[in-house]
Amino acid sequence: MRKKWLNSELFTLTYGALVTQLLKDYENVEDVNKQLERMGYNMGIRLIEDFLARTGSGRCYDFRDTAEKIQSGFKIFLGITPTITNWSPAGDAFSLCFETNPLTEFVELPDHCLNLKYCNILTGVLRGACEMVQMEVASWFLQDQLKNDSVTEIRVKFVKRLEDAIPAGED
Amino acid sequence: MTSITISAVRPRTSILDKSLSKGKSEVSLSCYALLFSELVQYCQNRVYTVPELQNKLAEMGAEVGHRMTDLLVMREKSGKREVKLLSVLLFIKSTVWKSLFGREADKLEHANDDDRTYYIIEKEALVNKFVSVPKDKGSLNCASFTAGIVEAILSDCGFVVDMYIHICRDFWYRLL
Repeated sequence: MRKKWLNSELFTLTYGALVTQLLKDYENVEDVNKQLERMGYNMGIRLIEDFLARTGSGRCYDFRDTAEKIQSGFKIFLGITPTITNWSPAGDAFSLCFETNPLTEFVELPDHCLNLKYCNILTGVLRGACEMVQMEVASWFLQDQLKNDSVTEIRVKFVKRLEDAIPAGED
Repeated sequence: MTSITISAVRPRTSILDKSLSKGKSEVSLSCYALLFSELVQYCQNRVYTVPELQNKLAEMGAEVGHRMTDLLVMREKSGKREVKLLSVLLFIKSTVWKSLFGREADKLEHANDDDRTYYIIEKEALVNKFVSVPKDKGSLNCASFTAGIVEAILSDCGFVVDMYIHICRDFWYRLL
């Protein structure tokens, strides 16, 4: 493929059209959040292959390594670099902070959608992608620029290693 | 020096207070392809026939188109909207296509036999690039999404059109 990059506006607006459609179809904001997460999950399980093929990176050494790889994933796919902060003392949870986010450009939440997690697709992508490399993670939004916070913050927490998913004969 | 908080409610900055982006940022194509595939699958799950699916895709394209008109008219045309049909079509062929897909549409043609029919011709539609059409849905064309965009822009400029997408060797957006 010759061209690997695309103007982010088409992406932003297409995502916007999708969220609008979901809001029309479901009416319940919680269901929209769930649906977005599910779609993200589907994207994540396929996106990870692209990520591994492009970066040639091996298994994560520890969760800090995972955090850095997730950060570079954002750089590769969305062209943004979130900062990694607020490590938990046990080292099993961290926050990704976004100053800018291509998903939320041109977006303003109307008052009746304050429970909408507009970028919830991202948490799904993280879950799906990590699951494919035998890691179960949970992630959720702590802050959201669309709700007047100064940054958008996603908390990512390590849940467990998925041992069973490793095929026999592979370490 | 710390600022003194007077009100607990922070002022809401409206999206209109921000300056208009230059539209230079980019995302990866695979990201878009996967998002678009989710969109198509979602539409597919909620309809029964291929024409319904195409209509649904066109509706979602129209959402994009309406916003694109405002955005590009403000950014590229200093707020002036086109009112002549030909200039709107040229605007779509060059400006719109360039900012959405990174290049101009391949051709804009006027039908010989009907002065109300125009064609926008695209050899390799971006939204079709990763689509393999299943046999039982032979007539499906995800470019109806793009057709929806074009239709919305034309209608925003005051032209009522019927969009048809023809699958020949190329993809044609036929405007009536």
